[in-house]
Amino acid sequence: MSAPLLNVAGLHAWYGESHVLHGVDLHVNEGEMICILGRNGMGKTTTLRTIMGILRKREGTITFAGKDMMGVPLHRSARAGLGFVPEERGIFATLTVEENLTLPPIVAPGGMAVDEIYELFPNLSERRTSPGTKLSGGEQQMLAMARILRTGARCLLLDEPTEGLAPVIIQAIGEVLGKLKARGMTVVLVEQNFRFASKVADRFYLMDHGRMTAEFPVADLPARMDLLNRELGV
Amino acid sequence: MMMLFGIPIQALLGQLLVGLINGSFYALLSLGLAVIFGLLRVINFAHGAQYMLGAFVALLMLKFAGIGYWGALILAPIVVGAMGAFVERTMLSRLYKLDHLYGLLFTFGMALTIEGTFRYFFGASGQPYTTPAALSGGVNLGFMFLPIYRGWVVVASMVICLGVWFLIEKTKLGAYLRAATENPVLVQSFGINVPLLLTLTYGLGAGLAGLAGVLAAPIYQVSPLMGSNIIIIVFAVVVVGGMGSILGAIITGYMLGIAEGLTKVFYPEASNIVIFVIMAIVLILRPAGLFGKDA
Repeated sequence: MSAPLLNVAGLHAWYGESHVLHGVDLHVNEGEMICILGRNGMGKTTTLRTIMGILRKREGTITFAGKDMMGVPLHRSARAGLGFVPEERGIFATLTVEENLTLPPIVAPGGMAVDEIYELFPNLSERRTSPGTKLSGGEQQMLAMARILRTGARCLLLDEPTEGLAPVIIQAIGEVLGKLKARGMTVVLVEQNFRFASKVADRFYLMDHGRMTAEFPVADLPARMDLLNRELGV
Repeated sequence: MMMLFGIPIQALLGQLLVGLINGSFYALLSLGLAVIFGLLRVINFAHGAQYMLGAFVALLMLKFAGIGYWGALILAPIVVGAMGAFVERTMLSRLYKLDHLYGLLFTFGMALTIEGTFRYFFGASGQPYTTPAALSGGVNLGFMFLPIYRGWVVVASMVICLGVWFLIEKTKLGAYLRAATENPVLVQSFGINVPLLLTLTYGLGAGLAGLAGVLAAPIYQVSPLMGSNIIIIVFAVVVVGGMGSILGAIITGYMLGIAEGLTKVFYPEASNIVIFVIMAIVLILRPAGLFGKDA
């Protein structure tokens, strides 16, 4: 088997003095979709932010596509092929939908064309001239994802895409993720909703107090339900 | 003689024009301040010094290099903008992680240093800068005599303001600026070099001040104090317009220039303070400014 596309080993990170990641290990193969499960405050979002390079106070190893990412400044992470969709979606209020969509520069060939994106998200097409924040929560999530799909990023870091959304929207997001997977996109998904995640992810990590405490493929999910119910408190 | 509200119409139109010219400078300067504040969150107290620098660079270029008005109109803003970019990159950028007050204090100190240095070498009195031949003389509009250079200043400032507004509101670079104003970290995670964007923005703001300085040189005298005389009014304009609003800065600049001119007609004694009275009223009724978003 070839080396994983993204490899993280012994990753520590700090918010100021507060030590939040305590040696995170994870890997993602090309075209794979993994999901990090865990309760609030266990370091899931921090893991994504640290891999992306937003959180700079970090130690350990991050390699992406064979490249050491630890010394890479934030604005070069995207150029290397990492795309980040934050939990709060980060839609710009002073930009129109279309300006939001075309804001991130193309970093590599192979991204989706704007027309293709509007086909995948017809709602966005209808509202291309409205200000970004006039969109519903679901539409904002779609736009936040669409924005990265255009850039040709190889690996999507997706933070809680279903949070606060209606079941029908969650289903639509699941379909989009399915299409991305079919295109060979690599995804690191952070989710609390593991019923949703179980439909799209290939492999799971369970996170607790800043480190990974379990790792298993989707096929083992039924056997792990006890553990998950206990750990996630659902 | 035609009268309006008991005032000779010539006097009225004459002061309206003076107001419009002053307003052109207020608009240009408050525009630069708004651009800088919008993205850097720094209140650029050096703006007046950069305006003065623009006028002096034009004067010195003429004296020592024989570069005339039109050359200076292009080169002086570039020189002042480049100096601004250098200062941002080497000094101001180190203060972003501290309270914004430090940026204000730093630029204030820089303004005092620049002005002090120029006073040392050039004294406090002004030096004339000749109006370019193509723009000297005037036209009789029938109701008043318009010096061509003053008409040029009004037109040029409107074109520049419109150009900057277009750059920020309608172009890709402007979209980066607006997005980075809202969420710089996310914009940087998209692969945009935000620190460079900040440097360019400060350079643009400083360059606009320098450009205003060149435009002002033939009208007002070129003096080390010309910046500190105008900058207090410009800060009042920015407060009235609303911090960080591009369009607000432009419109308020012209409006307050005209308000000042009209006050000179109707109640000359108040003309020096009318802008500050308006500022006080706006601060009481609408603290975010006329065009500002309520925080």
